[in-house]
Amino acid sequence: MTNKTVLHAKHLASGAKMVDFHGWEMPINYGSQIEEHNAVRQNAGMFDVSHMTIVDLQGPDAKAFLRRLVINDVAKLTVTGKALYTGMLNESGGVIDDLIIYFFSDTSYRLVVNSATREKDLAWMTQQLTGFDVTITERPEFGMIAVQGPEAKAKVANLLTPAQIVAVEGMKPFFGVQVGDLFIATTGYTGEDGYEIIVPDCAAEDFWQKLIDAGVAPCGLGARDTLRLEAGMNLYGLDMDETVSPLAANMAWTISWEPEDRKFIGRDVLTAQKSAGDQPKLVGLVLEEKGVLRSHQVVVTEFGKGEITSGTFSPTLGHSVALARVPRSVKVGDTIEVEMRKKLVKVQVTKPSFVRNGKKVY
Amino acid sequence: MSNIPSELKYATSHEWVRNEGDGTVTVGITEHAQDLLGDMVFVELPDVGDEVSTGDDICVAESVKAASDIYAPVSGEVVEVNEELEDSPELVNSDAFGDGWLFKLKLEDAGELENLLDAEGYKNSIDDE
Repeated sequence: MTNKTVLHAKHLASGAKMVDFHGWEMPINYGSQIEEHNAVRQNAGMFDVSHMTIVDLQGPDAKAFLRRLVINDVAKLTVTGKALYTGMLNESGGVIDDLIIYFFSDTSYRLVVNSATREKDLAWMTQQLTGFDVTITERPEFGMIAVQGPEAKAKVANLLTPAQIVAVEGMKPFFGVQVGDLFIATTGYTGEDGYEIIVPDCAAEDFWQKLIDAGVAPCGLGARDTLRLEAGMNLYGLDMDETVSPLAANMAWTISWEPEDRKFIGRDVLTAQKSAGDQPKLVGLVLEEKGVLRSHQVVVTEFGKGEITSGTFSPTLGHSVALARVPRSVKVGDTIEVEMRKKLVKVQVTKPSFVRNGKKVY
Repeated sequence: MSNIPSELKYATSHEWVRNEGDGTVTVGITEHAQDLLGDMVFVELPDVGDEVSTGDDICVAESVKAASDIYAPVSGEVVEVNEELEDSPELVNSDAFGDGWLFKLKLEDAGELENLLDAEGYKNSIDDE
């Protein structure tokens, strides 16, 4: 059975080409993926991300539970609405999922996890509940719209109530606030300014239409992928999965090693990996000549082989970029090779981030 | 349903062929093919003077989504390539049957054109996909 989001009819009305995305019928583009990509880099675009899974965690042990469940430490969250990006590991240190956690209080958090991993995430969280007084509540009654781009916030402001405008005024990156019908967060997956907005199903179509009327371009999953890859953001299932350590997926920054007595799931394995220094690492690759780097292409270095995890043509830069998992001794600035269509092609190693706020950053 | 001009011939691998009547043919990919591939970002064309045989992969259309081989629909010599595609690969998307043409071949055997599909045959082949 294929799931449809609350905005399905709006996509068809805008001429979307629909594809199956892990059981959801979603727009891949509305005509041109590149034009949609450019709309987000230069103006404002929006994505239906209603397929993503919203989970609310409540109870006296919510904080203690999350301090065990994820690799970052929610004890760092002290300001209401502050968000944290992190990973949830299995006992062998592999990434079950990456997620964003919003802090409301020590007894109330909101998690946004991937749709493709929804069932195993919920099963895993439920399995870990033993001994914790926490309630896990999925919130399928909401749609979610990501409005992104340099003009995104200004265009959204036209749709907000005075109370909402006051609430988001000067809100720093990685915060979320519930005002009236809307949960408005300064998060995103594009490397641009903007919001991710959680809206009740009954109001979602109207909100989407008002954004179209305000000049926000509907954008599909195709543009979402090229934007996140230019921004160097991981895609679960490609750049990491249950067999990959966060140390090998550019997620070390999401691990809180201190305090040492916090026993998060996977900690022992990560500690051993860290001291062994044997994990590969995720780097950026840039190909300035013709051709497009693609997932699963083999990377050849003097230290051994690696693999491209995500690759694409970068519309902003006009050439191909990729994320690749390579031996740890490979350095930024090195020239290494990729097997492309039976040929070895030279590529530059960069940090795994290519474009932020419309500008080249490597 | 995509546009399938009746005056052209087609290969099941989604190339179209226009008989220019002077012993040459113009080749491109169909509207349906460009729609499947999405926005084109590079087109790697054959070299003028290349001798190609039916079914050879002689060209690569690289879109945001995938790299796709393009096959010689008939045998012959490459006599011209569409150099506009170097800077404007998106012509393949915007005008697949016109400005988005790929290359021209001097036919080795005009009889080979008979082996290609007509518009209806091509339509049936994509309906079966």
